[in-house]
Amino acid sequence: MTDRPIVAPEVVPSRMRRALDSDLFYAFKRSPVAIVSAVVAAILILSAVFAPLIAPTNPFDPSSLNLMNGFTPPMAPNAFTGDTFLLGTDDQGRDVFSTILYGMRISLFVGFAAVLFAVVLGIFLGLLAGYFGGWADSFIMRAADVQLTFPSILVAMLIFGIAKGITPVENRDQMAIWVLILAIGLSDWVQFARVVRGATLVEKGKDYVSAARLIGRRPYAIMLRHILPNILSPVLVIATISLALAIIAEATLSFLGVGAPATQPSLGTLIRVGQGFLFSGEWWILFFPACTLLALALSVNMLGDWLRDALNPRLK
Amino acid sequence: MTEPVLSIRDLTVEIPTRHGLFKPVQNVTYDIRPGEIRGVVGESGAGKSMTGNAVIGLLDDPARIASGEIWLKGRRIDNLGVEEQRAIRGGEIGMIFQDPLTSLNPLFTIGEQLVETIQLHLKVSGKEAKERALALLDRVSIPDPKTRFDQYPHQFSGGMRQRVVIALALCSEPSVIVADEPTTALDVSIQAQVLDLIKELARETQVGVILVTHDMGVIADTTEQVTVMYNGQVVENGSTDQVLSAPKHEYTKSLIAAVPRPQVKLHRFPQVSYGGRETTFKIEDLARNWAKTEPSKSGKLLEVEGITKKFLEKSAILPSWRTYFTAVDEVTFDIKDGEVFGLVGESGSGKSTVARMIGTLLDVDGGRIRFDGEEVTAMTPAQIAGYRRQIQMIFQDPFSSLNPRMKVESIVAEPLRHHKLLPVDQISGRVQELLDRVGLTRAAAAKYPHEFSGGQRQRISIARALATQPRFLICDEPTSALDVSIQAQILNILKDLQEHLGLTMLFISHDLPVVRQMCDRVGVMKQGQLIEVQETETLFADPRQDYTKKLLELMPRLAQLSG
Amino acid sequence: MLPFILKRVFQSLLVLIITGAIAFSMFTFVGDPIDNMLGQERTMEDVERLRAQLGLDQPIPVQYVKFLGEAVQGNFGVSYRQGREVSEIIKERAPATLELAALSAVFAIVVGIALGVFTAIRRDGFVANFIMSSSLIGVSLPTFLIGILLIYLFSVELGWLPSFGRGEVVRVGWWSTGFLTETGLKALILPSITLGLYQMTLIMRLVRSEMLEVLRQDYIRFARARGLSERVINFRHALKNTMVPVITVIGLQLGAIIAFAIITETVFQWPGLGLLFINAIQFVDIPVMAAYLMMISVMFVVINLLVDILYAFIDPRLRVSAK
Repeated sequence: MTDRPIVAPEVVPSRMRRALDSDLFYAFKRSPVAIVSAVVAAILILSAVFAPLIAPTNPFDPSSLNLMNGFTPPMAPNAFTGDTFLLGTDDQGRDVFSTILYGMRISLFVGFAAVLFAVVLGIFLGLLAGYFGGWADSFIMRAADVQLTFPSILVAMLIFGIAKGITPVENRDQMAIWVLILAIGLSDWVQFARVVRGATLVEKGKDYVSAARLIGRRPYAIMLRHILPNILSPVLVIATISLALAIIAEATLSFLGVGAPATQPSLGTLIRVGQGFLFSGEWWILFFPACTLLALALSVNMLGDWLRDALNPRLK
Repeated sequence: MTEPVLSIRDLTVEIPTRHGLFKPVQNVTYDIRPGEIRGVVGESGAGKSMTGNAVIGLLDDPARIASGEIWLKGRRIDNLGVEEQRAIRGGEIGMIFQDPLTSLNPLFTIGEQLVETIQLHLKVSGKEAKERALALLDRVSIPDPKTRFDQYPHQFSGGMRQRVVIALALCSEPSVIVADEPTTALDVSIQAQVLDLIKELARETQVGVILVTHDMGVIADTTEQVTVMYNGQVVENGSTDQVLSAPKHEYTKSLIAAVPRPQVKLHRFPQVSYGGRETTFKIEDLARNWAKTEPSKSGKLLEVEGITKKFLEKSAILPSWRTYFTAVDEVTFDIKDGEVFGLVGESGSGKSTVARMIGTLLDVDGGRIRFDGEEVTAMTPAQIAGYRRQIQMIFQDPFSSLNPRMKVESIVAEPLRHHKLLPVDQISGRVQELLDRVGLTRAAAAKYPHEFSGGQRQRISIARALATQPRFLICDEPTSALDVSIQAQILNILKDLQEHLGLTMLFISHDLPVVRQMCDRVGVMKQGQLIEVQETETLFADPRQDYTKKLLELMPRLAQLSG
Repeated sequence: MLPFILKRVFQSLLVLIITGAIAFSMFTFVGDPIDNMLGQERTMEDVERLRAQLGLDQPIPVQYVKFLGEAVQGNFGVSYRQGREVSEIIKERAPATLELAALSAVFAIVVGIALGVFTAIRRDGFVANFIMSSSLIGVSLPTFLIGILLIYLFSVELGWLPSFGRGEVVRVGWWSTGFLTETGLKALILPSITLGLYQMTLIMRLVRSEMLEVLRQDYIRFARARGLSERVINFRHALKNTMVPVITVIGLQLGAIIAFAIITETVFQWPGLGLLFINAIQFVDIPVMAAYLMMISVMFVVINLLVDILYAFIDPRLRVSAK
């Protein structure tokens, strides 16, 4: 807007320097909410990644289990064995803290993989639809419209149900995690495709794209090199919020018994199991996995919410 | 002399930012008398709009009045409470915004919006409010007010909407109107009508008008008093005649000098030398490295024969149900070697569409384009690549024509890399050279476009266009988004290029004085058709078509301008 | 306006035909109905005879058209698991879900819009900020956890409200309603809050962001410049413009409520369609899955069509063409 000469220092700042000096990082440093949620999310993700190192026991190794340890309350010695567990044990004597760490691994893996799948598919179809228009656009967007008519959780269940019908019974448990990723990912691509298409239409109309066409760049080069870098911020925002939604969706499906199997319990499965003991007084079996799930979803959601405001120049 | 209706005294506006306190308006002082139109002129970022917003009490957070006073009819208004300020807003002071397309609520009829405002300020019955509204619509020359009353904004054209906006500003019989670039979004012919309307209203209703604009022509034609702003400060205040004919301040002098003259053709555009803006620029050096190209076989580098472009207006399943809008209708012209050919016309006349068809950015729906005797419209993809290397384009909007995520180095190098014109190890050197030639520093290569101003970005665009050493350059309104001083610099660069490199150019503009300075021959477009082609001097001296005559008449005369 | 509506009707039909195809392919490709209907001891003749009887020997498109014809009449065959007509089961279960969904929808829309407008107008206020922060917890809490939490609090600890089932219902024709008895009404409270809470937060956040967007528009600035009061600007000019995009999303959310009922019904053992569907998935009961899918899509399509008509009613740009 101003047309004053910019006094150009002859020193070119490094990439790192630029990142630290960016408005986004500046906004981050000044937002306690963003810092706290980033720290919480980082701790949760890291402890899930390094679960085998952190967890006191491997809850899925039958040899380490002692049924006598069942229903031990948190921080109190077991009446029979005298063992103490930080967050108590479940009905089978598994350490709740360890099951949460391992469960979070499953939840996060499914969440990240599903979002990655949705992002890649959505960007691909959205770029195609936005850049080429015509029948490709009509076809992709009509498909998106049809899918959007159905809530994603229903689509995921349906895909899960169909996949379950197709896979042989003996493979169902092994396949379950991948089916979950596919189901959640497929139910989520639409919003990425729509946002990418909309942004592509805007960018395509700008003259830097005309300039690239005039140079003679091929469509795929223009899409990947010119348009894609310019539309990543909204994708990043939606991906963050989608991660929280995917984690919740996974937990919901597992809670309903159509998700992660009992042999590979995610946080949702743990809550499903814990629900049975809530009313008989063993609250910790449900309470701690539920808190972990909430902390995970909330920190990611808050980060996404902050990111959306920080990247939206109109709100400044 | 009558008492001023509005006085601004030592007004300073500040905005706290991450990098400290920014003062877009500093110690501004001026008066408006009843029935007087005061122009506030300056380049972008001069603080002229911000002053208007402060007057009407609509500064956007976090901007605030730091010091100074605003007096309306002897009453101080800058320190009033929210409710009192609201009563003045729209009551004593009316406002007109730049873009009539977004100023009206799309979900309410024109009548509803008028009646609402009238009833708010004048406390009259619904019936009387409606009568007043109809009278106002009539007053701003909207035909058939009774029907128009019940219509929605989207049913009005841009100029008509701006009239509605003016009617809304007049609802409460204000004593001052702040008009912020009221005609910038409109075509020249519409612009003249709207300005005439404002002049007429000021004379008849004795309303004082603050007319904020960047356009010297508007100032010369419309205002009686003028305030020149630079960098947040008032540099000169006075009667329009006196300021334009005998400017006192150096900035005003250089600003006026940079305005393209419609009457005479000058060799170069006078540049604004105020504020150390001039940057050195060495086209001559570039000419030494420039590959000499053979002149075209026929003497005509580009021949356009009956080209037509239709856009789908309404889609339908059956082809016969579809309706089309003919944007370009059988346009024929040619451009000789080394010639600068101008295309002029109002928005929507199809001139940019012609440019994009020649640039192969749009397909041609009919007719032929020949470049150096070869038919572009019948080329194979491989031949098209060769053709594209010989033509380049400079676009209107310097903010959208450079990829914000690419460094300047990559932007300028892209054509070189794509066409493999140089060995990889020489590319960086050539980029430096090109940037150097258009007057940018070496450090520019490693930066991103957002770190540059509009004028500097347009220089980067030129560097990119020159990278392939083209024979033909298409300039699509290259300076209409720039301030007048920057415009002079960019146009001089283009003139030098043409002179030293023998470039052939298609120059598209709606600005007739600029076209007169730049072009050898000019074509006039109207509603998709090319209605007249003449040598530039002949066209300005003796236009054949009525439409051309009208366009020339609407051109600001700037009779008062000095030298 | 008529072409717009016609276009939407056309699109709706497309949606139905596609969901029909999905439902149909579930029958055809997921699990062999012959396997499901005949036991282990079967002869080739039995298989052939049943195949011809079910029309499975005909080409796929013919089968599809037949399937659609049956579906239009509400005929989806017999549940693999319960051995009863699917249409009968659905008729029996539908009232429970529809009553629950309707109550939640009213709660979500009314409270959602009100809070959304409030938080947009009082953008920087303490209460608005508090509501916004809590709403993030709302979208981060999975529906089933909300349900469990409410049950624990109001049923187990306080003992005020029932933790499962519909209570006493009154039959009105084939419809069974919980609105007419005290236990029925009490039983509705927790499930409908559970179901509506998530949609309510979504609607609230959407209304807020759309309204903030509208408040940034030039015509609002101009309305302010005309001296209109904040009340008129907020509730007359901004609210109407906010509702245009919001209505579409609310339509989608109404559909979502019926689908999300699956979760709530599981938590509260609510004898509705959702519980039926989730059991059908667990046991791969294809006819029930297909019927549920078709029924839901018809509902969504109808809701969306109504929304579109409402949309055109609010936005004059769709009603009257430009000159």
